[in-house]
Amino acid sequence: MSIVVDNISKQFGSFKALDRVSLEVREGTLVALLGPSGSGKSTLLRVIAGLESPDVGTILIDGRNTTHLNVRKRNVGFVFQHYALFKHLTVRQNVAFGLEIRKHPRRQVKDRVEELLDLVHLRGLGDRYPSQLSGGQRQRVALARSLATRPQVLLLDEPFGALDSKVRKELRAWLRHLHEEVRVTSIIVTHDQEEAMEVADEIVVMNQGRIEQVGTPTQIYDHPATPFVMSFIGPVNVLPNTARLFHDNGLEPLNEEVFVRPHDIHVQTSANGVKATAIVQRIIHLGGEIQVALALTDGQTILANFSREQFDKLKLTYGQQVFVKPKAAKSFPLPKSLL
Amino acid sequence: MLPNISRSQVKDSHRFSAFGQLLLIGIALAYLFVILLIPAAAVFYHAFHKGIGEFLVAISTREFIHAVQLTLIIAAIAVPVNTFFGLCAAWVIARNQFRGRTLLMSIIDLPFAISPVVAGLMIVLLYGRSGWFASWLNSINFKIVFALPGMVLATAFVTLPFVAREVIPVLEEMGTEQEEAARTLGASDWEVFWRVTLPNIRWGLLYGVLLTNARAMGEFGAVSVVSGNIAGLTQTLPLFVEQAYKNYQSQAAFAAAALLALLAVVTLILKEILERRTKYRKVDSGLPIN
Repeated sequence: MSIVVDNISKQFGSFKALDRVSLEVREGTLVALLGPSGSGKSTLLRVIAGLESPDVGTILIDGRNTTHLNVRKRNVGFVFQHYALFKHLTVRQNVAFGLEIRKHPRRQVKDRVEELLDLVHLRGLGDRYPSQLSGGQRQRVALARSLATRPQVLLLDEPFGALDSKVRKELRAWLRHLHEEVRVTSIIVTHDQEEAMEVADEIVVMNQGRIEQVGTPTQIYDHPATPFVMSFIGPVNVLPNTARLFHDNGLEPLNEEVFVRPHDIHVQTSANGVKATAIVQRIIHLGGEIQVALALTDGQTILANFSREQFDKLKLTYGQQVFVKPKAAKSFPLPKSLL
Repeated sequence: MLPNISRSQVKDSHRFSAFGQLLLIGIALAYLFVILLIPAAAVFYHAFHKGIGEFLVAISTREFIHAVQLTLIIAAIAVPVNTFFGLCAAWVIARNQFRGRTLLMSIIDLPFAISPVVAGLMIVLLYGRSGWFASWLNSINFKIVFALPGMVLATAFVTLPFVAREVIPVLEEMGTEQEEAARTLGASDWEVFWRVTLPNIRWGLLYGVLLTNARAMGEFGAVSVVSGNIAGLTQTLPLFVEQAYKNYQSQAAFAAAALLALLAVVTLILKEILERRTKYRKVDSGLPIN
């Protein structure tokens, strides 16, 4: 089922949580709402679910106007950051909750619950209470519970935010796999760009109650639409256009701020036509990649990333003088790309 | 040398604190013994020292049976009313942010701060023979003071805070996520309350009801002012105890007192059981997270 958000605004006191937000989510896709805390992403999710009502604007689910429809009649699955499992009920009773509310026949409820416990790989744990489960297991129960009633859309609010990083990574991959299997239109809220990139078909970047950009993970990373997206998605060096990195190399960017990704910094050990110089300040091994902090002659420090192979070829050491130039850079407003 | 010194110091201070601890425990126990246990034991001793037969005679008089009945009737009205009110108030305070929220909380606590006698007096001043509502009550021929309604009002007043006091923290600790989850799963407000909220707060609520009941049955001051204390008519168990004692019917007085004390003991045992359950549940839910 498709979701259409049309011109939604929501204010809490003097705080503008959502400012004229419009968005379309196509049927069967998994979309991530990505942004820092306070960007309005959770509020947008809660408005779509009906847990908050918007001040203005409309929500269409499957073409039907649901803006003023009660939460209980929207048939959305909602997964909370802290699981929100019913503590006094067993896993099986938790999963059955929505079905029992809808007065499905007992036989049917039982079968559906078993089917879902299989889906989330918790078959043997049906009689446990939530307190007897690990965080990852609890969130899988929450997911099974929300899917039990075959919701039109599945909404996940920072579902892996309370888990440690290893479990988080496992569940991410598993969620993506589950989405391929179930194919329910889903929106996941996250502040973790890696999570958004890995899980979602499409990413919606939000900031201060507005949507900054909508696109596939590649589009967002390679063609950021705003300075905010550029600096929020992936590491970036932000330099003034007067920096000697540009000047010494004969470049004159028009806009005041210039963004250069760490892997777009070219470094060589002999001049060979490159005029800007820098001193190696710090070398950090990040597993597959190596990050080097370079102090430019005008006092700016920039980060440059290298593959192991590149790094081994360069043989950089602390305090060494190197010659640097940007391979690619970006400045806003677009399309005043300078190189 | 240094670690040796510090170790012996730790040992010394530990020994001293162990001694201090024993001393404190001893003082506390002695105090409890003098203030609580001896008087309680004395009540039971006086009630039964002439044998169970005398005790049974004392509790089978018409006045005594009436006093027990009246006490039960008042509790049977005041406890459910205050349970309902307490739940509503707790929900309003714990689930909403509004101006005057802290003021409302203080108002609910008011009966704890006001002397029960004053509470009784307020009722007399409002509904008594020369009270504000006297002529209107006269015109519809409805008696509040020196009758059951006034006694229920007085009891309801002094027992008002217990349920709300117990339920507010439990509701706040529970949070709203489970209720929201239930609503997204299709539950109506009523279903959310019965299936999600109530099971989560049941121990706190039950504890509040227990305290309300104990106080309702044992209240003396407020009820004494509004009842007129007419034997066989407006006399509750605590009032009966006082009058019997004043009339040198010490056997009857102690028999009734023993019954009230027994009630208190039963309440305490129930409370202990409830606290164990909640404690167990807390430890239980604090188990593995990941």
